[in-house]
Amino acid sequence: MTKPIAISLAVNGEPVEALVRPRQHLADFLRDTLGLTGTHIGCEHGVCGACSVRLDGDVVRGCLVLAVQADGAQVETIEGASDSGELASLQHAFAARNALQCGYCTPGMLLNAAELLARNPSPSRDDIRQHLSGNYCRCTGYQAIVDAVEAAARAGAGGAP
Amino acid sequence: MKAPDFDYVRVRSLDEALAALAAHGEGARILAGGQSLVPALNLRLLAPEILVDIGGIADLSGIALADGTIRIGAMTRHADLERSPEIARHVPLLARAVREIGHPAIRNRGTIGGSLAHADPASELPACVLALEARIVARGPSGERTIAASDFFRGLYETALGPDEILVRIEIPAAAAGERFAFHELARRHGDYAMAGIAALARDTGAATLRIAYFGIGSRPMLAAGAAAALRDHGASEAGAAAAVRALGADLEPQSDLQASAALRMHLAGVLLRRALKDLFPDAAGGREEEIA
Repeated sequence: MTKPIAISLAVNGEPVEALVRPRQHLADFLRDTLGLTGTHIGCEHGVCGACSVRLDGDVVRGCLVLAVQADGAQVETIEGASDSGELASLQHAFAARNALQCGYCTPGMLLNAAELLARNPSPSRDDIRQHLSGNYCRCTGYQAIVDAVEAAARAGAGGAP
Repeated sequence: MKAPDFDYVRVRSLDEALAALAAHGEGARILAGGQSLVPALNLRLLAPEILVDIGGIADLSGIALADGTIRIGAMTRHADLERSPEIARHVPLLARAVREIGHPAIRNRGTIGGSLAHADPASELPACVLALEARIVARGPSGERTIAASDFFRGLYETALGPDEILVRIEIPAAAAGERFAFHELARRHGDYAMAGIAALARDTGAATLRIAYFGIGSRPMLAAGAAAALRDHGASEAGAAAAVRALGADLEPQSDLQASAALRMHLAGVLLRRALKDLFPDAAGGREEEIA
């Protein structure tokens, strides 16, 4: 067994210090060590997007970043982004358009959709599909998700990263 | 799945990284953006003793233009290339190709050096650097050496890099006036691995300097030298295009896998070549897309 490594980072604005094994990925660390279970785990090889989190402001795959690599970083999870209110318009549109059923993909969808709207406040449906192409939903068939992001864009959800 | 156990060291300089590689030999793997390495670990396709994380070496990333050459640090992320005005202006082929790499969240972490050193045959950037006649600069115990892109890719996930070397930067001749490029790939969904792809570059307005590179076809990115020669000889006419598509049979070594058979890949290579010619020589008949049975 390899030696745990001390890391210190900020998660949703709170300072965190922990000992982690190098093999543990960031999504497992957030869920198992910090109890932030809004970050979901699907494929664990970067295909499904359920584990999306923000690392120093950029959306990344939580399963493709090792927790040790987050040493010194600012991490924001769906809990932080939701509590701050910045996703409210997207969340409302997802609910209004039935853009979720089981909800497993929703945290990743919201974070990726917010990143798109921050860069491009009025994306086309193709832009939305392309930006969310790395996020799998097995319930809705995507149409309602694209509708929701489009509706949120029209309502002016872009702006805050 | 979860990755097997391994050690980890985050180095602060290239010298520290080289020392770690020297100490651990083939048991060490360089961790750059991790977007190919970490999935391979999670799937237990690899079991290194130690990861040497070069993400903390500040001067390994960045894009600079000097003396007609664009220099790109190995740790420059795909997202940085995608948004760089220098890349858009001086290496437009690369600006076009990076948009097809994985998904935005992958491009926020993945790096050009990592992609080239990993040498996945379905990756976009290895074929681009072949078409661009890029030079790949590696640093090892005895200093730096420069490797032509055409000598760099040796086979499936295999490059000219030694186990004691680190890819540090890529040097690309800046686009000259009149230079044109074409880039196309065929994948089942946006962001999926390409079943076949083409990156082509003409440094002048004719076909004399044409370089045609393929990815997703064989075990490594390949230059279609025979097809380029056919177009030089015949021009971008219909006869030239037909001769070039025929020449692909000798240029490429398509492989079969779950995504596509070798025969389908060879067919797609011809389709992609005609699409590329249409972009490169819009006025010539050879760019016309034809329905091929």
